[in-house]
Amino acid sequence: MSDDAVKIPGALSGVGGWLDDRFHGARGVRVLMKKVFPDHWSFMLGEIALWSFVILLLTGTYLALFFVPSTTDIVYHGSYAKLNGIHMSEAYASTLRISFDIRGGLLIRQIHHWAANLFMVAIMAHMLRVFFTGAYRKPREVNWLIGIVLFTLGMLEGLFGYSLPDDQLSGAGLRIFEGVLQGIPIVGTYLAYFLFGGAFPGSAIVPRMYIIHVLLIPGLILALVSAHLFIMFHQKHTQMPMHGNTEKNVVGQPFWPYFMLKGQAWFFFIFGALVVLSTFAQINPVWLYGPYTPLAISSASQPDWYMGLLEGALRIMPAWEVNFLGHTLSLSVLIPFALPLGIIFTGAALWPFFEAWATGDKAEHHINDRPRNAPVRTGIGVAAISFYGILWAEGANDVLADKLQIPLYTITWIARVAVFVVPIGAYFVTKRICLGLQRKDAELLTHGVEIGIIRQLPHGEFIEEARSLTDEENAVVASKHIAPALPGPGRLDPNGIPEPAARGPLGWARGVANRAFTETVVPNGHVNGHGEHNGHAVEEGEHAAITGGDSGEHHHG
Amino acid sequence: MTTEDNEGLGGPRRVIGTPSSAPAALDAKPPAPEQAADYVPTDPADMGRAKVAERLAAACFLIAFIAGICFIVAYIGLEVGPNNGGDSVIAAMRSNYALGSSLGLALLALGTGSMIWVRHLTPNIEIEEERHDLKSAPQDRAGFQKDFATGTAITQVTKRPLLRRTLMIATAPLALAPLLLLRDLGPLPGTSLRYTVWKKGTRAVTLGGNRPLRSADMTAPGSMITVIPEGYQDDPDALAKAGVILIKFAPGELHIPTNYDGGKLVSTMNWTVDNIVAYSKICTHVGCPVALYEQTTHHILCPCHQSTFDAANGANVIFGPAARALPQLPLTTDAEGYLVASSDFTQPVGPSFWERG
Repeated sequence: MSDDAVKIPGALSGVGGWLDDRFHGARGVRVLMKKVFPDHWSFMLGEIALWSFVILLLTGTYLALFFVPSTTDIVYHGSYAKLNGIHMSEAYASTLRISFDIRGGLLIRQIHHWAANLFMVAIMAHMLRVFFTGAYRKPREVNWLIGIVLFTLGMLEGLFGYSLPDDQLSGAGLRIFEGVLQGIPIVGTYLAYFLFGGAFPGSAIVPRMYIIHVLLIPGLILALVSAHLFIMFHQKHTQMPMHGNTEKNVVGQPFWPYFMLKGQAWFFFIFGALVVLSTFAQINPVWLYGPYTPLAISSASQPDWYMGLLEGALRIMPAWEVNFLGHTLSLSVLIPFALPLGIIFTGAALWPFFEAWATGDKAEHHINDRPRNAPVRTGIGVAAISFYGILWAEGANDVLADKLQIPLYTITWIARVAVFVVPIGAYFVTKRICLGLQRKDAELLTHGVEIGIIRQLPHGEFIEEARSLTDEENAVVASKHIAPALPGPGRLDPNGIPEPAARGPLGWARGVANRAFTETVVPNGHVNGHGEHNGHAVEEGEHAAITGGDSGEHHHG
Repeated sequence: MTTEDNEGLGGPRRVIGTPSSAPAALDAKPPAPEQAADYVPTDPADMGRAKVAERLAAACFLIAFIAGICFIVAYIGLEVGPNNGGDSVIAAMRSNYALGSSLGLALLALGTGSMIWVRHLTPNIEIEEERHDLKSAPQDRAGFQKDFATGTAITQVTKRPLLRRTLMIATAPLALAPLLLLRDLGPLPGTSLRYTVWKKGTRAVTLGGNRPLRSADMTAPGSMITVIPEGYQDDPDALAKAGVILIKFAPGELHIPTNYDGGKLVSTMNWTVDNIVAYSKICTHVGCPVALYEQTTHHILCPCHQSTFDAANGANVIFGPAARALPQLPLTTDAEGYLVASSDFTQPVGPSFWERG
């Protein structure tokens, strides 16, 4: 853009000048306007979460104008005739009022609920994108941790939010929540009594959940989202491997005007989609469930999707309980409550550090990996998805039993086995698929792209014509970087003494992990940095070989 | 900074199975055509395309405008609530459809218009930003460390352990204060989880009807009914623990083992009246009401997590996560023949907890 080609409107220099006189902002804001946003569809997932959060704040504020967070018992005489004359809490009655007596109230309520579901879906999809492309690697580990905390807060926020209307379904959910709290060793009953203000259900829980739901957790989420965005801004975006993208640059379109326009369009699309969903797809029709009473329950009670994992974990668990010294350890509550989410969140939080330790890779990474080029990571990710997915599906085992006509206990037994077997199988299958795709890439690099023309040579031989990759294709296909292998487990130096880095159980474990991480396919004879490996070929293809852990040079001693 | 012109709506098709063509390179572009100062295309073909795109985007914005008007009209025109005569559910749904479809259309049209604008009217300009080391320059790090250490030295905090330790002591109780303030959130649980409001002579009345029952009222074997202690129908805290199910069996079908827990009798055939047994309705897993009863198998199923109890055999657990049988309520009849409790439950009902033992 040649600056002198564009006329500067008088208002801009006037208003801008007034502001700049006071805030000295021209330079800084100019940097903001030129902030580069790389273009890739997967980068829009986090943005969905951000816009959903904005919509949640807007619609939530509106709902708070009408919702009465109180369990005071009243007799309903509103416009929903079927509940006329029924005892219910003010919370439930005001939710009915929002739904039936306030124009647009039902719409806003449903947008709020759909947006909450979309918020959690988008965070999860965004986290999967970040995981599978390795975007969490140095220097972005802290933002990855913030993301995990945000997802956890989102779960709690959702649980408290959908429990507020005090309907039969969410009341059952609260009953379960209280029962789980009681199961926590030592402090469980105290936690439950302090949160509920005494025995379940009590009258304190709705106003307490309300203030947590509208102030405490949204405040934390807002602060962490701001930190997340600030860190992202400061560290600049990652980018996908493409021609022209390097570890030393960011290529994309500037904030002003491109991201402004695109972000605006995306916001309107997301908002519009949520409105359409909320208009035509009914969500949480609390008037059908009735007000909460402690002795009623309906079958096929499911929580919102992001709590399905916990629900499934509770359902899958066999009846384990330990009694000792006059105390009860309720394992059939404790394990489902803590273990699956503990494995997933703790595992996710530790993963960047584990990977850096196992690969010995301490470098900064700004170009993302293609998932195939990190088979261990991709395999672990798919294993985690299957683990989560099985527990999640088990959370609706009664619905599955009904729809699939399979006995309920059979479904639970299948899940009990599958939750251990499928993730392990998924890991190995995924890893193999990744290596297979790497082999295809190696083929492309050495052999080129078959262009669909078969030519017969004068002496009768048929050959398939191929062209070599264009620079653009090559930038993607040849983007693999494998950190050099560390000393293998038990590897000895020339004096017969284990190398320092490979000593002890930790060194051994690191060697084993490193072997898995460095298993890769290199294009034979192709000069792209991996040509002169001397590793053992596990498997020989025509143009590619898999090399094992102790290939390449290492920098230890 | 490179400029490339609008890339039309579709590039060459790629053969399935080959890598997708990478985006146009930054540096491999032919020199940008002379760009007009206002970025409006000058090439006649581009001008034509831009004109179409402009009209499409404008049409979208017009649709959004009209849909917005419809939203306002629907808000004013479609009343909801009790005062509009007809069925208020239908009125609410009608209003919801009208408001939602107009608002949704307006937003989607705005989004579409904006997308056409940015994709087909703005020239596709990419810029490249240099990435700098995140690590500070060595002299900056050293300078920071020096300044920080100097500041620390000025305070003499490392030289004066007395000050340091007394300050730490001073903050300890204050750090506990916020926790302390949470103490009055609720009463201590004490032994309250061990007891319910059932006591000797409390009549079992039907849930909803508050009608006391004689054993003759439950004639058909296999029927299950939920009862509550008389006088507590409006006390959810009491009901959450004291809900009870009565199940009537055919003669000879019911076998309740005589069990003791810590020296206390917790189940016995003697606590039944005419083959009617009373179990706690609160699941021993996490406290949902066990509401489903299958007559043929005598299975009680908790709909929440599918713990299954054998009603004919002391409500023992036969499947699912619950670890204990449903507690049995000692049942007898009073002078008038009504079903009453002969005492409270002899063990805590509902979910397990640490102090339960």
